[in-house]
Amino acid sequence: MEALLDNFWVVLLGKVLIVAALIPAAGLAVGFAELKLSAKMQNRMGPYFAGGRWGWAQLLADGIKFFQKEDLIPEDADEPVFKFAPALVLLGTVALFVVVPFGPGLIVQDLDIGIFYALAISSISTIGVLMAGWSSANKYSLIGGLRAAGQLIAYELPLVLATVGVVVMAGTMSLDGIVQAQAGWFSETGWTGGLPFVIPQLIGFVIFFIAALAELTRTPFDMPIAESELVMGYLTEYSGFRFLFFFLAEFANMFTLSAIAATLFLGGYWAPFIPDDVLQFAGPIILISKVAILVFIIIWFRWTFPRFREDQLQTLAWKFLIPLSLVNIIGTAILKVVI
Amino acid sequence: MTFADWLSDPVNWVYLAIGAAVVASAFRVVTSQNVVHAALFLVATLAGTAALFLMMSAEFVAWTLVLVYIGAVIVLFLFGIMITRAPLNVEPGLDNPKARPLAAVVSLGLFVLLAYTSLQAFGSDQLTDVGTPTDTVTLAESLIVRFVLPFEIVGFVLLAALVGGITIARRDLTPVEEEERGAV
Repeated sequence: MEALLDNFWVVLLGKVLIVAALIPAAGLAVGFAELKLSAKMQNRMGPYFAGGRWGWAQLLADGIKFFQKEDLIPEDADEPVFKFAPALVLLGTVALFVVVPFGPGLIVQDLDIGIFYALAISSISTIGVLMAGWSSANKYSLIGGLRAAGQLIAYELPLVLATVGVVVMAGTMSLDGIVQAQAGWFSETGWTGGLPFVIPQLIGFVIFFIAALAELTRTPFDMPIAESELVMGYLTEYSGFRFLFFFLAEFANMFTLSAIAATLFLGGYWAPFIPDDVLQFAGPIILISKVAILVFIIIWFRWTFPRFREDQLQTLAWKFLIPLSLVNIIGTAILKVVI
Repeated sequence: MTFADWLSDPVNWVYLAIGAAVVASAFRVVTSQNVVHAALFLVATLAGTAALFLMMSAEFVAWTLVLVYIGAVIVLFLFGIMITRAPLNVEPGLDNPKARPLAAVVSLGLFVLLAYTSLQAFGSDQLTDVGTPTDTVTLAESLIVRFVLPFEIVGFVLLAALVGGITIARRDLTPVEEEERGAV
């Protein structure tokens, strides 16, 4: 067993399998939460029959249904690009899991440039969305793809800039290091160690959260897939398991981006008053409950705010969020030197 | 070290495979008769280059390549192509056989220049600590402390380019036009 765990390839295979199992699980959990919470907020019952109780098997049934469907490709579509786009979008989501720390040492690979890697790899999805929009040979899809690209470019900047404040405060880009920097406890001299960065970096957190919503193309930033005007935008021509890929990527992305937000700003797997040896086991539970709160807020937003107009969205990013995040960086850097 | 020795190391097979993929997709960038396909092959080229940097443990450079070039520059390319005209079928006009000799001379000259300067600069030096990526603190110190002046100058040049780009793209309105705009 020991020798087996030392073998690089065996460990790698294990990690890949765990992540591959975790992504559908996270996607299903978030998707089911969305179904049930939307129903609650609209005074409906939501899924009820599938699985016998609470309709828990609804999304599993949906998934199986998608696999049974015919793999439709429009006649005019650019076939290789059309086929590859969903894989690329899912790749951006899967690769994000690599750097999320679920507990002390419970991380696929703690990279020294962790958060930078996460931001870089998640930007790949944008290419996939553009590919899907263009290759569908459909005007709605093309407009949806363009809207998505314009939105993702605009909100990538505040997303990156909002994390800079955290990196400056933590003094490291490793996500595990960022969690360590937020850990604090009571001692005889009062509070020692750090605080969750949401307190000193409240502006950064708000910017990050808004930008993450836009990156996820969630309401109020859902113009790219706006059902009522674009009939799902770049997803229009997709069906069957290729649609399932996009669907899974969207919900799993909600999970991972919330996990990264929780790690950066809410202390990650760390919680106050929990000793280190308990944290070893409680870490994933603490992180997932923080993620659950953020996911709940994202779903809550969907049924609270109407959709932005395209120009309002661009104004918000370029004229408001980016300058604000630059001011935030300057302020954080000055305070870092002064204190 | 003979070529056979070099080839016996499996790491070099990976290097060869990635290198061949980079060269092949770079070739397709210029020969493809569809603009969007050309841009997508450029993505493959850049991704392969990033992988080569990763093989040299230059993590930061590799991910910068992904974030800046794939995530921003190519996305803007594709955005620009799609917002103007992006036909799904091939455009024979994209291939320009007349320019081929010139292109061959330019690319060969560039290759010779780069190969010569690299050989002059590094000769037979070998990377010793491949496998341990440079940590960001060391990287930041050399970038912000030792090479701070070139770094700032590059930043200044980029700012100038940005201002120039905005000036070219945005023409100031004449007083008459401004009045019309105000009336609407």
